[in-house]
Amino acid sequence: MKRALPINRHVAQRVGFTAITLMAIATVLPIVAVVIYILIQGLPAISLEFLTGFPHDGMRAGGILPAIIGTVYLTIGTAIFSVPLGIGAAIYLSEYAADTPLTRTIRIAIINLAGIPSVVYGLFGLGLFVLFLNFGTSILAASLTLSIMTLPVIISTAEEALRSVPQAFRTVSISLGATRWQTIQQIVLKEGLPGILTGVILGLERAAGETAPILFTGAAFFLPRLPHSPFDATMALPYHLFVISTQVPEMPIQIQYGTALVLLVFVLTMNLIATVIRSRARAKRQW
Amino acid sequence: MNRFILVGIASLALVFIQSCSSASSEGTPSVSPAAYIENKGSDTIVNLALAWAEKYQSEHPEVRMSVTGGGSGTGIASLINGTVDIANSSRKIKEEEIKEAKSKGINPVEFVVARDAIAVIVNPEDPVSQLTLKQISNIYSGKYSNWTEVGGEDRPIVRLSRETNSGTHVYFLETVLRLGSKEDKTLFSMDTLLLPSSEVIIAELRQNPNAMGYDGLGYVPKDLKVIAVAKEEGGPYVLPSIATVNDKSYPIARDLYMYTNGEPTGVVKEYLDWILSPEAQEIVAQLGFVPASPTPNPSP
Amino acid sequence: MEKSLSWREFAITRLIKASGYSAILFVALIFFFLVREGFPTFGEVGASSLLSIRWYPIEDYFGILPLITGSLIVTIGAGLIAVPFGIGTAIYISEIAPRWMREILKPLVELLGGLPSVVLGFLGFLVLSPFLRAFLNLPTGLTALTGSLLLGGIAVPTVVSVAEDALDAVPRAYREGAWALGATRWQTIWRVTLPAARSGVLTAIMLGVGRAIGETMTVMMVTGNAPVLALKLGSLFSPVRTMTATIAAEMGEVASGSVHYHVLFFIGMLLFLISLGVNIAASSVVFRAKKRAERILS
Repeated sequence: MKRALPINRHVAQRVGFTAITLMAIATVLPIVAVVIYILIQGLPAISLEFLTGFPHDGMRAGGILPAIIGTVYLTIGTAIFSVPLGIGAAIYLSEYAADTPLTRTIRIAIINLAGIPSVVYGLFGLGLFVLFLNFGTSILAASLTLSIMTLPVIISTAEEALRSVPQAFRTVSISLGATRWQTIQQIVLKEGLPGILTGVILGLERAAGETAPILFTGAAFFLPRLPHSPFDATMALPYHLFVISTQVPEMPIQIQYGTALVLLVFVLTMNLIATVIRSRARAKRQW
Repeated sequence: MNRFILVGIASLALVFIQSCSSASSEGTPSVSPAAYIENKGSDTIVNLALAWAEKYQSEHPEVRMSVTGGGSGTGIASLINGTVDIANSSRKIKEEEIKEAKSKGINPVEFVVARDAIAVIVNPEDPVSQLTLKQISNIYSGKYSNWTEVGGEDRPIVRLSRETNSGTHVYFLETVLRLGSKEDKTLFSMDTLLLPSSEVIIAELRQNPNAMGYDGLGYVPKDLKVIAVAKEEGGPYVLPSIATVNDKSYPIARDLYMYTNGEPTGVVKEYLDWILSPEAQEIVAQLGFVPASPTPNPSP
Repeated sequence: MEKSLSWREFAITRLIKASGYSAILFVALIFFFLVREGFPTFGEVGASSLLSIRWYPIEDYFGILPLITGSLIVTIGAGLIAVPFGIGTAIYISEIAPRWMREILKPLVELLGGLPSVVLGFLGFLVLSPFLRAFLNLPTGLTALTGSLLLGGIAVPTVVSVAEDALDAVPRAYREGAWALGATRWQTIWRVTLPAARSGVLTAIMLGVGRAIGETMTVMMVTGNAPVLALKLGSLFSPVRTMTATIAAEMGEVASGSVHYHVLFFIGMLLFLISLGVNIAASSVVFRAKKRAERILS
């Protein structure tokens, strides 16, 4: 480094570090600003009546319970289909699969599933579940669509969690006479559980917040009662926010922000739970 | 830690089950609903349909209804697909749609349930107050691009419109851009903003002095400015209202329709009869629309 | 007991294998459906009509070029924002920030990734669009730029997390070697760490771009949805219409089996192929880099 002048190098570092730090702040600041803004604007609308009542007066007077319940149903529905399938696939990739072309194809498939636009999932859900299999616009169709969308997230995080369990654990278990599945079930899964849980929660969080996949597969503008069966359509928080901010005239702005706030809290709580699980697991880790 | 998670999930589940049961006791009747009506279509009509549904259900708790928007095109498409009982439409069903319906065994029957004026709206700061149909047509087709061409300030005209699936859009295309002529093939200017709904149009108009938009009168809030429209140059410039729609002096007025598959029977028939009754038509006026004329139009 | 144990084991192993293959099944299924419903477009509309410049489906104008350019310009704009900010933040988190700051920042950025797109779209047309119109003195604030800003924000978390992982994975020895030779930390980052993490960073960029192309609700609410051919730089400051917003806005209205229906599925097919292309490109970059690394390190 004959050409380097010590003063210039350190000045360059100062400048560079400042620039990068500013960039990081500029990235993070909007997030905080958005959350705080919605909190301030939406909080006045929050009341017990708002959260547990049905919409009245053309949805202009509060009550978003059906939307909240609908989102809960959809999240549960998504979990039912995507969690077992996703964890199963993760176990396969981590414990059973060899590095064959088939395995590589599976991995490419997973990456592709992750990249497909959410509205294309909506199209697919419409074509397959709503029309072809004739489930109609229903919680079932919407949940199935959302689960395929959530699958790649669960598979990749779960696989990583399983892989991070030290090989030694498995070896010792097998040397003690356990079968492969017993090893997986009692040791690997148990140790990898926090990581898997984190992935599941993050995946479901995304499913809860998505609008495009449920637009033509399950969402309804207004329902007078809670859905009775998986074949009913349902209201849902993200679709409800879209509708009341764009379709209903004279909608009090506070109710719109209130709904946005509820959706945000729902999503962020899941995020928080996932983060807490992850950090506590990391602290307790035995390896 | 596992116990903690389990307790958390269990308590959440308990809370939801509890709110579900309390909500269903307030939202559903003690008698299980005897009928369910699926109503879908025009975003112009959707709030009116919602108000009707609410009122009707409060008087007839044994009937449950679901109301959805999506545009007139959506409603008619659903009728053709056989997934709704009543389709709302702010435009007449098209020939191709009737053909498509008949080919799937669906027979659309038309009901005029209300009338509507399409208001041309601008930002309150805009000095322009009146326009002829031809001027509006020229604006939207792209011939005029600056407000000075219609007597306003030196500003670019930002054209706002509903999406192509909206009956309002189609009606505006046929009646204003093409001035009612079937042979005219004028189209919206390519840079017209096709906004997903009335409220986005209203939001943009509120804060953008360059913009011009159109929508059903029932959607126009008091703080926006409505343009008086004349059929011809020099003709009387008329503001839209119930009176001017009924005496036909306002040139951009239309019927609002509901379509069913075949002549309606049972609960659907009762509901439609109720919609045409004075009680329901009063709700029409309350929401800024025009009650349907006392003698119903014959079906096509 | 041993026999039933091995029976159970056999069944479970089969199930797990099936789950593993399911990913391929789903991708194939999605592709199959998109093609099945989208292919008729070629017969019904014809390639030359598809490549025209007017999109007005209710009068049978099916020119998809404006939609493609709309998606492109919004995505490029989003990329121009997400790449510097994303990689910059990743560098900050991985190389510069103190440990305690790292623990705060990583979850915060992940939080941004969790924000529902409809919430951002909502804030976009209520707050960002009027601000941009006034600030930049534009005819309207519903533009490609508005969309790019929001999409950049949505893509940044993806870029940050993948890039940060890549930077973190660079062996400490690389950095220590550079420091030992007298390089400043800044020089090390630019000339050693970043190049070493090159494939991971490239993957991060591609995944971020992929996320931006696929975004629907946000762009539908803030880009104005005008089907204009967006070819000039100035188009960034005008309304555009993306492929994704088109599908979302129009899908509800189509009668299944109609020409419009097929064209929308065709657009969906295009989107699928684009994301497929981006992913294959990203995978091959990583694959080649890994091969190179293996050669070097072995």
